[in-house]
Amino acid sequence: MLIVPCPNCGPRNAADLRYVGESRPRPDPNSASAKEWRAYLYERANPAGLLRETWYCRSGCRRYFTLERDTVTNEFTNPPTPVAKLGKRP
Amino acid sequence: MKRRPPRYSAARLVSLGARKRAWPRAWREVPLQDSYDVVVIGGGVHGLATAYYLAANHGMTNVAVLEKSYLGSGGSGRNTAILRSNYLTPEGVVFYDRSLELYRTLAVDLNMNVMFSRRGHITLAHSDASLRTMHWRAEVNKLQGVDSSVIGPAEIKKLAPALDTSSHPRYPILGALYHPPGGIIRHDAVVWGYARGADALGVEMHQKTEVLDIMVTGGDGPGGKGPGGRVTGVRTSRGDISAPVVVNCTAGWATLISDMAGVGLPISTRPLQAAVTEPVKVFLPVVVVSGTLHVYVSQTARGELVFGASVDPYNTYDIRGSLDFAEGTAGHLLELMPGISRMRLLRQWAGLCDMTPDYSPVMGFTPVEGFLCDVGWGTYGFKAGPVSGEQMAEAIATQRTPELIAPFSLSRFERDALVGEKGAAAVGH
Repeated sequence: MLIVPCPNCGPRNAADLRYVGESRPRPDPNSASAKEWRAYLYERANPAGLLRETWYCRSGCRRYFTLERDTVTNEFTNPPTPVAKLGKRP
Repeated sequence: MKRRPPRYSAARLVSLGARKRAWPRAWREVPLQDSYDVVVIGGGVHGLATAYYLAANHGMTNVAVLEKSYLGSGGSGRNTAILRSNYLTPEGVVFYDRSLELYRTLAVDLNMNVMFSRRGHITLAHSDASLRTMHWRAEVNKLQGVDSSVIGPAEIKKLAPALDTSSHPRYPILGALYHPPGGIIRHDAVVWGYARGADALGVEMHQKTEVLDIMVTGGDGPGGKGPGGRVTGVRTSRGDISAPVVVNCTAGWATLISDMAGVGLPISTRPLQAAVTEPVKVFLPVVVVSGTLHVYVSQTARGELVFGASVDPYNTYDIRGSLDFAEGTAGHLLELMPGISRMRLLRQWAGLCDMTPDYSPVMGFTPVEGFLCDVGWGTYGFKAGPVSGEQMAEAIATQRTPELIAPFSLSRFERDALVGEKGAAAVGH
């Protein structure tokens, strides 16, 4: 199983975390068009290579953070970026 | 007018042997031409079935199937070979039931023993909520003329005596959705059967031929690709091919191929793992599925237990198996059947699944003219092989979207008309 480097808890088994998915900027709900919302909801880049993704450390620090991983080799490239406060999604 | 490939038989084997003739190749190896009417990318059951039905039903034989590895090397050779049509949405039920109908006569149509065993399929319910979903599915199924009903623990015990139907387990079995027409098949034979059938009709299969790019002109995106464009051909590892119609049947690699044409898809690639035990005497006469325990299991004609779980929890193109899967799924299996605790695992493997948000496929035309998709097959693609091939062939030949696959078009995401099939297509929910 994948070992995920949590910025707060260190290396953890992926089963301890929840995979949120590809990191995408969330459009402003006050100004986003229906088309932009659908793109945000459904469209995925799904690259075979570097992917910026969000994880939630559900059994540890309970924080969201983003990581960059190669989806072919499963190696994490950059140090993790912790995001926001408890319960806030990036 | 259909031409069928020769039958494999003992008589033919003896006759060829007596005349000291070599056993004939199952399909020809021919040089790659520089132009075809239709190019199908992906030599799995979907791609081969599409090519076969194009030739068999519509007389289009100037067709090439391009496969980057060997035929059936992807999901077609890695699934757990379970066939059923007891889905949740009316659109899904009629679609998958047509597939079962085609599977039923496939051995005769292709002159190949595909070992279809209609042994019955039970989906266990361990909670009030899942029992409610089973009743829901049973009623939707009955309305579409599909044989499905909810049965209790006593009947389950009769169908599969190895199951622990007592109140002892952590999640006792409360009932099940029983689907008698469901069963298992030999997946390799289906792939080879379609390849042989397509070959006999003049379709070309090119293995070890990887598609590197798709040529599109007149589109809105960079290089003339994207919506509004028109397909002119494909660039492969063995040279360029011009073709007015290109079909994407590449499952886990679907977005990489559609990106080449500038078509975005709502698809994420995840691995799905499966495993097989050593062979033992037949004791499990039906296919058993448990959503709560995330496991499905059947016993092959050889006596091995084939079992699988839900997709891995993160996106990846890596198809290595994990100990987590083997350990976790074996534990769940033992909860269902404590009697098999001494059985040994023979091997485990993984395949790539192209998951969509609503657990329904993406089929038919795209915003790029001449570029069609038969993707988004997630964890339920093998059982849909024949009907997908038949319907995609009809779409290509008639230039219209057949009624059966209209609900699965890519444009449903723009119309918010999703076909939510998660309740019946996945075990991991």
